[in-house]
Amino acid sequence: MKKINKSTIFFLIGAALVYVIVQTLASLKIINTFWETILLLAGVMAIVSLGLNLIYGFNGQFSLGQYGFYAIGAYTAADITYRWTQLHSAEGLTVVFFIAILTAITIVVVQKAVSKIRGLDTLSAFAMYLAVVLAAIFAAVKLGQLVANPITALLNLLPAKTAQMIVYVIAIILGGAIAAEVSFLYGLPILTLGSDYFGIATLGFTIIVKVLLDNSDTMLGFQEMKGARGMIGIPKLTNWTWIFIFLFLTIVFIRNLLNSSYGRAIVSIREDETAATSMGINVPFYKTITFVIGSFLAGMAGGLYAHVNGFLHPNTFSFVKSFDPLIIVVFGGLGSVTGTVTASFGWALVLEGVLRLVLPDGFETWRYVVYPILLLIMMLLKPNGLFGNYEIPFIRSIVPPLKDKANNEKKSEEVA
Amino acid sequence: MMADNKNKTPILELRKLCRYFGGLKAVHEVDLVLEAHALNGLIGPNGSGKTTIFNVITGIYEPTAGEVIFDGQSIGGLNPYVINQMGIARTFQNIRLFPNLTVLDNVRIAYHPYAGYGMNDAVLHNGKFNQKERELTEKAQDFLRVFNLQDRQAEIAKNLPYGEQRRLEIARALASNPKVLLLDEPAAGMNPNEATNLMELIHFIRGKFDLTVLLIEHQMRVVMGICEKITVMDFGEVIARGTAQEVQRDKHVIEAYLGPGADELSKQYLKEKAK
Amino acid sequence: MERKNQNPIIQWIVKTKILGILFFVVIGAFVIYALGQALTNNPSLFLQQVVNGLQLGFVYALIALGYTMIYGIVRLINFAHGDVFMVGAFTSFFTISRFNLHLWFQNLFPSFPAMPAQIIGAITVVLASMAICALLAFTIEKIAYKPLREAPRISALITAIGISFFLEYFGALNFVFTPNYITYKRPFEVKSWFIGPSGFGTIESGVTSPSNSIIFSNIFVIIVLASLSLLLVLQYIVKRTKIGKAMRAVAYDKPTARLMGINSDAVISITFALGAALAGAAGVLYAIAYPQVYFTMGIIPGMKAFVAAVVGGIGSIPGAFIGALIMGQAETLSAAYISTPMRDAIAFSLLVIVLLIRPKGIMGEIASEKV
Repeated sequence: MKKINKSTIFFLIGAALVYVIVQTLASLKIINTFWETILLLAGVMAIVSLGLNLIYGFNGQFSLGQYGFYAIGAYTAADITYRWTQLHSAEGLTVVFFIAILTAITIVVVQKAVSKIRGLDTLSAFAMYLAVVLAAIFAAVKLGQLVANPITALLNLLPAKTAQMIVYVIAIILGGAIAAEVSFLYGLPILTLGSDYFGIATLGFTIIVKVLLDNSDTMLGFQEMKGARGMIGIPKLTNWTWIFIFLFLTIVFIRNLLNSSYGRAIVSIREDETAATSMGINVPFYKTITFVIGSFLAGMAGGLYAHVNGFLHPNTFSFVKSFDPLIIVVFGGLGSVTGTVTASFGWALVLEGVLRLVLPDGFETWRYVVYPILLLIMMLLKPNGLFGNYEIPFIRSIVPPLKDKANNEKKSEEVA
Repeated sequence: MMADNKNKTPILELRKLCRYFGGLKAVHEVDLVLEAHALNGLIGPNGSGKTTIFNVITGIYEPTAGEVIFDGQSIGGLNPYVINQMGIARTFQNIRLFPNLTVLDNVRIAYHPYAGYGMNDAVLHNGKFNQKERELTEKAQDFLRVFNLQDRQAEIAKNLPYGEQRRLEIARALASNPKVLLLDEPAAGMNPNEATNLMELIHFIRGKFDLTVLLIEHQMRVVMGICEKITVMDFGEVIARGTAQEVQRDKHVIEAYLGPGADELSKQYLKEKAK
Repeated sequence: MERKNQNPIIQWIVKTKILGILFFVVIGAFVIYALGQALTNNPSLFLQQVVNGLQLGFVYALIALGYTMIYGIVRLINFAHGDVFMVGAFTSFFTISRFNLHLWFQNLFPSFPAMPAQIIGAITVVLASMAICALLAFTIEKIAYKPLREAPRISALITAIGISFFLEYFGALNFVFTPNYITYKRPFEVKSWFIGPSGFGTIESGVTSPSNSIIFSNIFVIIVLASLSLLLVLQYIVKRTKIGKAMRAVAYDKPTARLMGINSDAVISITFALGAALAGAAGVLYAIAYPQVYFTMGIIPGMKAFVAAVVGGIGSIPGAFIGALIMGQAETLSAAYISTPMRDAIAFSLLVIVLLIRPKGIMGEIASEKV
């Protein structure tokens, strides 16, 4: 029972090697900061795209909203660490923490209540959730402000570096949590729409978020986000180690989820929704949970991204850019974790790195002319993506061998 | 008549069930009683509303009027997955497997509500997960064995030959642990020999898994052999019910299948044949 | 497990769907109140916004038609459509400022009355843009979409995004359209009129219009006329001609249409060309109305038109038109009464709300899947 699979060992060794090699090269300055930043971006992109692949590649829900949740995560996390480092206050941390917790609790409570009511329409359910969540947020803000000072004092007892790291990690997870909760509320009514309409509604979400961020200082009242001028002063805390840890955990998480009965339930919805629901799969629940998990990953990646450059601008999250994860997912192969991770790194290295270096002086503007041509050629040559649905053995689901069961064998012969 | 004496409690009952699509009365005031452990047939020409009845029973369509009673509860308009978990499973007329998944996964998905571990166990891949997952897999493999598909378990479902796809669909339906199994034209596209084998198999699984079976067929010959009671539908209404022999001689049935006036012709034919 | 609801209050809530309805009623009441307030406070300002919205809406309608036709026939969200619109605008910019195409008739027949000659010139400019765009879309379809017809639907969507990037950034190169904002030269002079309590009259240059009146220009008239006539032409093509019949057949069921002897590839190509021609015309009209052209000008109008097509019910030609008019109003009214940057958010919120009430758009048909 306790034996570890060969493929698991290979995967762990491979992952460790990747980490060590990059880390050594970076510390020896063989990889300069330019390439290191690209690697960080690639890792962030991989997490975002894995989230999208879960939603689209495995669950079959065509979502264009991934960048909206990415933006929410980025700004949430950035605001928390900004307040900690620049304003020396844990207020952001406590408020967002209570919002995340109280919202989650209310959602679960309402969910329990709603599931007892037979035949409640989605919009009524949505209205209920919305009302309760708004109340929860209001309470959370008050509660968060109340405990902000004691928590600040408590964190100040720790060494500055440790305290900052704690705030940073919690900020990233809270970024994911807030994105997940928003996705739950938004997904609730729109997940009942058909696939393309869901895509359009999520695209709308990206645009709405971008517009709100453009006006974050005036309309939302977050002065430090500085609206369309871009948010500055975020500590640059994301490094290769953090990216690696989060990416590694994401891959293992997705692999474990997909290779379980829950993962199979998620995939069955992509394969045939009617058949899945007729076989006892709670389709709305699994659609929602997949969308929420995918958005959580996007939000988490957003938190990591915010601390790469220490600078956030709403234009990073414009809807034109929001096609990037979609391109990566399709490029790597829908429903392939391996493909998505490979494609993310390939995409970042080629688009951000190679194309910048290869193009001669005076031809920098050609970058976005060459990129679509490459994309087009790729798509025409490999319409199913680089990997199709291939997976490395570690991620691939295993079909266990048949156990010898003499009596059963006999019965089946009888029948046939 | 034998089955009647054994067990008379109805497990599934339709009461004046109606389903309209705009002006089209696909199903109109249909009454149907399915007794526990019965193996009944639902026949009728194309477009007579048989599949619509299945869709209403399994919750894919809401009934326009009338009631569906399962195990003493009204289930009309519930979510399909709830109805399935209560104990009604089905197959589809135009096979609906999970085409890109393996044969084993197709069956394992249907067993999902009984997986026995939580999502947290799944994500951690802990001991409980490993144990329950193994049990689940063995259970699924057992179902495959019943249908002689165990050697195909690693195959992608869409690559199976037609007959095996039909069998896999029944195996999948069984894996969802039903009390009532609804089979929608299980023998469609099979030659008479295959169809006979399949009917024997259905008879066998009914006994083995203690099932109540309702099957749709529109070839009369196939159902005549095994169904205890047959309900005949035409234009959304029940036109006859009874044993195979009773139904076969029914005037309305002959007319539904062969056209108006056919009853007279067939009587004439039988008379001439008797001479 | 779901059981029968016992509580009569809950039964009532479920039966009437009151909470969901209440939610929309609150939003709707708020919007109606705000609009009513705006109308009573300053009727002329409000009506002026409506006129502006109509002008915008009619341009959007032309783009939306292309989206709706292409989606209807190949189920592809053609993200490159907005950039075809941009090419249309630039084509007219070049034909006007480099080649003086709008003056060809006047130059050829100097004795001809100026007004009809101007109209003929302007129509030529529009037709030239339409032709170039049709040709462009035809080529794009052949290169990027046709080889992927049998591939998963998403592949074609990705190439559409690729084509969109390509058109934008190729256009941004210095020897093509340049990355700058360029002032557009209209092919005719602008004349404005006012209408209001003080009557109807022409606005002379340098004179302010009387207060409380609505101003509209010949641009508005031209856009409305051009848009409506193109819609009629399209409606005629789709409903009355053989190719239109073939289009509807292919949209309804491609394999069967093919079995009936319809060359579905040709029909799809023609649909693309037709949609692009309309986008080209829209590009010219848009540039005339808002005289500035630049390489990303297609993104936002393209997006809005797409939303309009979805709001109206994608696949439906009258739906696209209605949706576009709604979008035009939503945009100008929210810019005037809420805030200019918020108008995109409003447009999309409107989209989401419409989809929640009517999942296939206003004129869309809800087709249930056969099980």
